[in-house]
Amino acid sequence: MAGAAVLGRLNWRIARVIALRDETATARTITFEVAGWPGHVAGQRVDLRVTAADGYSAVREYSIASAPHEDTRIELSIERLPNGEVSPYLTQDLAIGDVVELRGPIGGWFVWRAEQAEPVQLVAGGSGIVPLMAMIRSRIAKRSAAPFRLLYSIRSPDAVWYRDELRELSTKGIGVTFVYTRTSPPDQPRPPGRIDTELVAEASWPPSSTPTCYVCGPTSFVERAAGMLIALGHSPDRVRTERFGPTGDPRGR
Amino acid sequence: MAESRGFVGRNRAANAKLPPGQYLTTDFPVLSAGPTPHVPPDEWELTIDDGTTVLRRWDWNAFRELPSETITVDIHCVTRWSKLGTAWEGVSLDTLLTGITGNASFALARSYGGYTTNLPLRDLQNKQAWIAFRYDGAELPPEHGGPARLLVPHLYLWKSAKWIRGITLRNHDEPGFWERYGYHNYGDPWREQRYSGD
Repeated sequence: MAGAAVLGRLNWRIARVIALRDETATARTITFEVAGWPGHVAGQRVDLRVTAADGYSAVREYSIASAPHEDTRIELSIERLPNGEVSPYLTQDLAIGDVVELRGPIGGWFVWRAEQAEPVQLVAGGSGIVPLMAMIRSRIAKRSAAPFRLLYSIRSPDAVWYRDELRELSTKGIGVTFVYTRTSPPDQPRPPGRIDTELVAEASWPPSSTPTCYVCGPTSFVERAAGMLIALGHSPDRVRTERFGPTGDPRGR
Repeated sequence: MAESRGFVGRNRAANAKLPPGQYLTTDFPVLSAGPTPHVPPDEWELTIDDGTTVLRRWDWNAFRELPSETITVDIHCVTRWSKLGTAWEGVSLDTLLTGITGNASFALARSYGGYTTNLPLRDLQNKQAWIAFRYDGAELPPEHGGPARLLVPHLYLWKSAKWIRGITLRNHDEPGFWERYGYHNYGDPWREQRYSGD
């Protein structure tokens, strides 16, 4: 259980919106300035609290998208859920200068630390890319030489988050394979469809290189992808997972 | 609390069955730290030990011959969803622990796949905890902890270890998997004990 640490009390901190960027038609990245932010490790999450004028408040958990910084800025990327209570507000109404409250960081298992030198296999389904993006950004920021590969499954080309940044990763020695489940771009030879074992084998480090695998996405995607990695020969204790939603639809967020 | 300009929210209707900070779901989300272990019943066993000696051991058939009961309870996940009136079938820990608790005050639940979680022994006693093997009238699916999981519904659901394979009785407390990563050592949803220090 290397890296385990018992945290002190997590206090709510004021977080002010300093930048907004649309990722897709339904997802937005929000940069917050968080007074007194204690820092985080790539892969960790925060609790986010929004409070209405009458004192009613709601809390949701989100993965941090930004690499650990020396300063007090953090980025969250949030998908708007049609029936959500909080995500429509965050992705549509929140403006620069507005405040929410954050506490964290939370979670110490689904993390990548710059001291890790072994190969890393990232497998993302949809918005599951967020904590994996923090790991990629952390690797680049820390000038780590750890071999990274990313397999990213999305519905269609317009559903890709961090598009420009991901496109440039090949120049930084990080291999990215996109899998389109419903609509492929014209230059994609593979017809749209879910990941299969052959594709996972092709797009990931071989088990003989004993990578640490991080799989994040909707439950059904994670079950499938983690099962394939194990079928290919990866040891279950080298496959870390983070799931959301019962069937890929985290309703209520 | 700081007001977030323009946030209205819509779940104000208080539900006395919901602990603070929880919202209702009718789905059954899955949260686990690793791949789902698939343990065939003929390889499954459940043991209770005291750290050095195995005190009780059941294979699947012996376990299923124990008296079981149906349980209808509300469950609360630390990630903020709650599900009301869930129906399970399982063997009471009172049955499994009869005559073997000795001087122990704490328990560490151990799972296939390596997961652990710690609880005071008294929270496993007095009709508060079960090893559940059926959910909603069907065999417990692997992603929800099948073939059998611990069910301790009065604590956050991470204490209800999926894929349970054993319980170690101790006279000292020792944090389990999530408890070492900053989650609360006890995890009472009604006192909103999510993280260490809450």
